[in-house]
Amino acid sequence: MKKLIAAALVAGMVFSVSSMSLYAEEGGTLVMATNAEFPPYEYHDGDEIVGIDAEVAAAIADELGMTLEIQDMAFDSILAAVQSGKADMGVAGMTVTEDRLKNVNFTDTYAEAAQVIIVQEGSEIAGPDDLEGKVVGVQLGTTGDLYCDDVNPQSVERYNKGFEAVQALLQGKIDAVVIDREPAKVFVEENEGLEIVDEAFTEEEYAIAIAKDNTELLDKVNDALATLKESGELQEIIDKYINTDTDASATEEGTEAESAAEETESESETAAEETDAESETAAEETESETAAEETEAAE
Amino acid sequence: MWETFQEKFYESFIQDNRWEYIVDGLRTTLIVTFFAAIMGILLGFVVAMIRSTHDKTGKLKLLDLVAKLYLTVIRGTPVVVQLMIINFVIFASARINTIYVAILAFGINSGAYVAEIIRGGIMSIDQGQFEAGRSLGFNYIQTLGYIILPQAIKNVLPALANEFIVLLKETSVAGYIALQDLTKAGDIIRSRTYDAFFPLISVALIYLVMVIGFSYLVKRLERRLMRSER
Repeated sequence: MKKLIAAALVAGMVFSVSSMSLYAEEGGTLVMATNAEFPPYEYHDGDEIVGIDAEVAAAIADELGMTLEIQDMAFDSILAAVQSGKADMGVAGMTVTEDRLKNVNFTDTYAEAAQVIIVQEGSEIAGPDDLEGKVVGVQLGTTGDLYCDDVNPQSVERYNKGFEAVQALLQGKIDAVVIDREPAKVFVEENEGLEIVDEAFTEEEYAIAIAKDNTELLDKVNDALATLKESGELQEIIDKYINTDTDASATEEGTEAESAAEETESESETAAEETDAESETAAEETESETAAEETEAAE
Repeated sequence: MWETFQEKFYESFIQDNRWEYIVDGLRTTLIVTFFAAIMGILLGFVVAMIRSTHDKTGKLKLLDLVAKLYLTVIRGTPVVVQLMIINFVIFASARINTIYVAILAFGINSGAYVAEIIRGGIMSIDQGQFEAGRSLGFNYIQTLGYIILPQAIKNVLPALANEFIVLLKETSVAGYIALQDLTKAGDIIRSRTYDAFFPLISVALIYLVMVIGFSYLVKRLERRLMRSER
């Protein structure tokens, strides 16, 4: 029995080591691992995965002369996929941390972010310190999860998906959710009765994860990122999803739903515009946004 | 290679006392499985009684319909979906510990399977024995209790044991409602160390050892019950 177990262990080890290989080359496919439940960085829109990370990765693939393939998986599996060579890079709004650096390399950072606290409106929680003794929801493996224990909450509920944590908050099962700022904004916009606490939980920067032994790709991606930064394309992509001046996406969205224009007039313009491009939600919302943009253009 | 192996082991279990996740997770898994099994037996027994009484005597029509509906719904949908429905729909606004939610969900689920197993056992006993019991002056309940059930339970023991093995392993989806069971414990370690090997293999081994241990106990029980046959 012992021998059998030992043999199985060794076999498993050899297998996990030998599977790291197959580097991406020019003309080939660049496989990106992500967790597409993280708007506006990556989310499902129809049968496509879109978002800042998806577009940045596509731009990088363009620079490298490769085609991008996106694999959607659980967030905590992304680095394992990158490490084992199942994916070439992990682009998932991922913050550089020491533990992660032990296992993968990170490219230069490409976006600034923060962990924020979402609470129900009127909650007494006003900052990270108030989380002490509270029940806090997080997405498993995110930096919010990693740092949450530092504030001594009563318990940390680790959900597989960010929206499940938000759902639990809405239902009053937990007191607060710690999650990245941009997804948090989307969640708060889409759900009534939630707000983001002004004081951020942490400030951080996102980078792309690449397997330790694949320094060649790391250099290439860094070069591509530098080019994208210089040309302003990177900022363009980020602005398209996050900031308010988003004429480009409006025209992209097409010219449907003239009739919805009346409804949207009462809506505040900033709100309508902010949701713009993050429109993975209900169809009506997308319609009303584009309609709002159109009425503006008409004026 | 041996050194990285050791290092990974250290990171997976020793560093930051990560083994505690495994121990806590194991405890949660055992608690959920144990109470869900008890609930499953009680629920399954009641449903099996209703169904077999209806089959044998034609009484309890309404209850039989309810039982059939329960069996159809529970056996016709995945346990993960049932678990999430109970947590996010039925207990939508209630703040109850997810461990109770899990026990309830797995108990209700297991009950459906146990019910059909026990009913199968009762139906497998020859009709002649019922008639013999009744002609001895026993009423229906007495016949069932003194003659049919003792034999039926013995016959279905392997199938019941199998159901509890399935139940134990099925609790591994409890992580969907943020309950930190054994599987989730492995996931948490994996999300910290980004190494899949040790957390997953050790979680698998723990399940395996539990199932082997349980199978052994069932085998002993079966052997014990066999004694009456000679």
